[in-house]
Amino acid sequence: MRTVSVPPWTWPLAVLAVAFGVVPFVASGYVFDALLIPFLALSLAAVGLNLLTGYAGQLSLGTAAFMAVGAFAAYNFNLRVEGLPLLVSIGLAGLAATAVGLVFGLPSLRLRGFYLAVSTLAAQFFVQWALTKFSWFSNDNASGVIDAPTLEVAGMVFDTPLGRYIFSLSIVTVLTLLAWRLVRTQTGHHFIAVRDNELAARVIGVPVLRTKLLAFAVSSFIVGVAGVLWGFVYLRTVEPAGFNLDRSFQILFIVIIGGLATIRGAFFGAALIVVFPLLLSRAGSFFFGSWFDSGVLDMSQRIVLGALIIFFLAVEPQGLVALWDRARKRLFPARNSTTTVHAEPVEAPRKASTSSARAAL
Amino acid sequence: MDASDLSFFAEVLIGGLLSGVMYSLVAIGFVLIYKTSGVLNFAQGAQLLFAALTFVSLVERGVPFALALLLTFALMVLLGLVIERTVLRPLVNQPPITLFMATLGLSYVIEGVAQLVWGTQVHALELGIADEPLQFLGIMVSTFDLFAAATAGVMVALLSAFFRYTRVGLAFRAVADDTYAAIAVGLRLPRIWATVWAAAGVIALVAGLLWGARLGVQFSLSLVVLKALPVLVLGGFDSILGAIVGGLVIGALEKLAEVYIGPFVGGGIESWFAYVAALAFLLIRPSGLFGQKLVERA
Repeated sequence: MRTVSVPPWTWPLAVLAVAFGVVPFVASGYVFDALLIPFLALSLAAVGLNLLTGYAGQLSLGTAAFMAVGAFAAYNFNLRVEGLPLLVSIGLAGLAATAVGLVFGLPSLRLRGFYLAVSTLAAQFFVQWALTKFSWFSNDNASGVIDAPTLEVAGMVFDTPLGRYIFSLSIVTVLTLLAWRLVRTQTGHHFIAVRDNELAARVIGVPVLRTKLLAFAVSSFIVGVAGVLWGFVYLRTVEPAGFNLDRSFQILFIVIIGGLATIRGAFFGAALIVVFPLLLSRAGSFFFGSWFDSGVLDMSQRIVLGALIIFFLAVEPQGLVALWDRARKRLFPARNSTTTVHAEPVEAPRKASTSSARAAL
Repeated sequence: MDASDLSFFAEVLIGGLLSGVMYSLVAIGFVLIYKTSGVLNFAQGAQLLFAALTFVSLVERGVPFALALLLTFALMVLLGLVIERTVLRPLVNQPPITLFMATLGLSYVIEGVAQLVWGTQVHALELGIADEPLQFLGIMVSTFDLFAAATAGVMVALLSAFFRYTRVGLAFRAVADDTYAAIAVGLRLPRIWATVWAAAGVIALVAGLLWGARLGVQFSLSLVVLKALPVLVLGGFDSILGAIVGGLVIGALEKLAEVYIGPFVGGGIESWFAYVAALAFLLIRPSGLFGQKLVERA
C-alpha cells in the first residue's frame, strides 16, 4: 500500500487552478454565458442554503426571496449612492439580505421542521409582492425590469463573457472558502449540533437561539450575493419574477441532489441542474424531431427533474457527493483512505435527528 | 358603523368563511396523509390538478359525466397505489425532510405528466351548479360557495365516521398513534399507506372539481396547495378539525384584510397575508389551534 498523504486542500486547489488557469483559455463565449456563469451563481446560492438547511438543519423554501433582496439592494445602492464601488454595493446588498433573513429567521426560534419550512414561504411571497408593488425598488421603471450596471472594479471593466466569468468566479471562490472555513470552526459544529439534537446541544452549552439566527444571517448573506450575481452578471437585468418559488425549489433541489451538508455538493448539484435541460433538449429533438417543441420540452423537463429527485433520494440520499466519493474510492482505493479522513472531519451522519422516528417504519 | 357598513362587513366575512372552506378541502388531504405516514405531501396540489384535468378532458371528449367521474376516481386510486409503491416504499426509514422533498419531486412529475397528456390550455369546468347570488337576511351569498361548504361538511362527516367506526379507520388511527406498535400487532403498513394515499387522491378529486369550477382548470390549480399550507400551520398538521377551523379563520382574515387593509398598501396582499397571520398566531401559541401539544414541533 502506498502511503502518499495528500493534504486536504489539494483537490479544491486543483479545481481552482483549472477554473482560473485552464477554463478561460478553452471555453467559448457561449459556454461562459449559458453554462458557467449561471452554474456559479446557482452554486453560490446552494452553498448558502446548504449552510442553513444541510448544516444547521433549518429547512427554507424562501431562498429566491433572499436572492431577490440581494439583487434589488445592490441595484438600489448602486443607483442611489453616487460613486459607490461595485464591490461595496454587493457587500451592502449581502447585508441587506442578512437583515431580511434575520427577520424571517425569527420564527425558527419557536418553530421547527415543516412549520418552519412553511413559514419561510412567507418570505418568498412577501418579498416578491413588495418588490412588484412598490416601484421605488425598480426605480419607477414602467416594465419593472431594470438594466444591471456595468461591472467595474478599480477601473477594470468586466463586460466580456470571459470577464463576467472571472468576476463571478472570484466572488464565488472567496465566499465558498469562507463557508468552508466556517463549517470547520466551532460555530460550524454548533450548526450541526443544533441540527442533530437541539436539546442535547442546549445541554452541552450551545447557544441554540443565537446559532439558529447566525445560520440564517450567514446563509442569507451568501444567498443575497448569489442573487446579485444572478441578476447583474448572468441575466444582466433584475426583475422580481425571476426570483419566484420555482427558483427557491431549484436551489433546494441542487442542495439535495448534490448532497446535504457538503460544500462540494452545491457545485455538483448546480452542474447537473444547469447542464441537464440542455442535454434533455438535445436528446429530445434528436429522438423525437419536431414533435419535441418547447412546450413538450418544458413538461418533460419537469417530469425528468422530479423523477431524478425521487431517484436520488431513494438510491443515494447523501447525494452526488457520496456517489463521487464511492467512485473515487473504487478507482484509488489505497490513497483515498488517507485523504477522506482529513478532508471531511465534520460530516456527521444526518439521519441522527430524533424527529426521524416519526417517518421511520 | 351604520347598518350598511355592518351588512357589508358581514358579507365580506361570510364570503371569506366560505372561501376558507375551499382551503379546508385541500388541507384535509394533507392532514390525512400527515397523520398516518408523517409525510407533508406537497404533491397534493399536483394531484388536485391531475384529477381536475383528467375529468374535464374526459368530459370534453364526450364521456358522460358519471362515467368520467368514475374513471377519474379509479385513476386517482391507482395513482395513490403507484405513489406508495414507487415513492414511499423505497424511502422507508428516511427522515421526514427527505420524504417531503420526494413529494416536491413527485409534484413536478405529476404536473408534467398531466399537462403532457392533456395539454396546457385552460378548460372551463361546469358542474351544473348555478353560481347565483342568493339573498339571505340582506346579505349576498353565492350558491356555489354554499354547495362547496356543504360538500366539505359531508366529506368531513364521512371521514370522521370512517375513522371512528370502521376497522380500516381504526388501523389508520393506530398507525398515526404509534407506528411501531401498529406494526407489532400485525398491521400491514404498506397496505395502509396505499389506502391513505388513494383516499387522499379522492379528496384531491373533490377539491379539484370544486376549485376547477371556480378558477378554470389550468396549471395554476396546483398552486392552491400554497393556500392550504398556512391553514395547516394554523390548525396543526395532524388535526382534521384544525384544518376546517384553520381554513375558516384564514379565509375570513384574508378577505377582511384585503378589503380593510389592502387599500392602504396597494392591494394584492392575499399572496402573503395568510402566511403572516398564521405566523403571528404561532408566535403566540406555538402548538397551533388543535395540533398535538408537543414541545417538539418537528
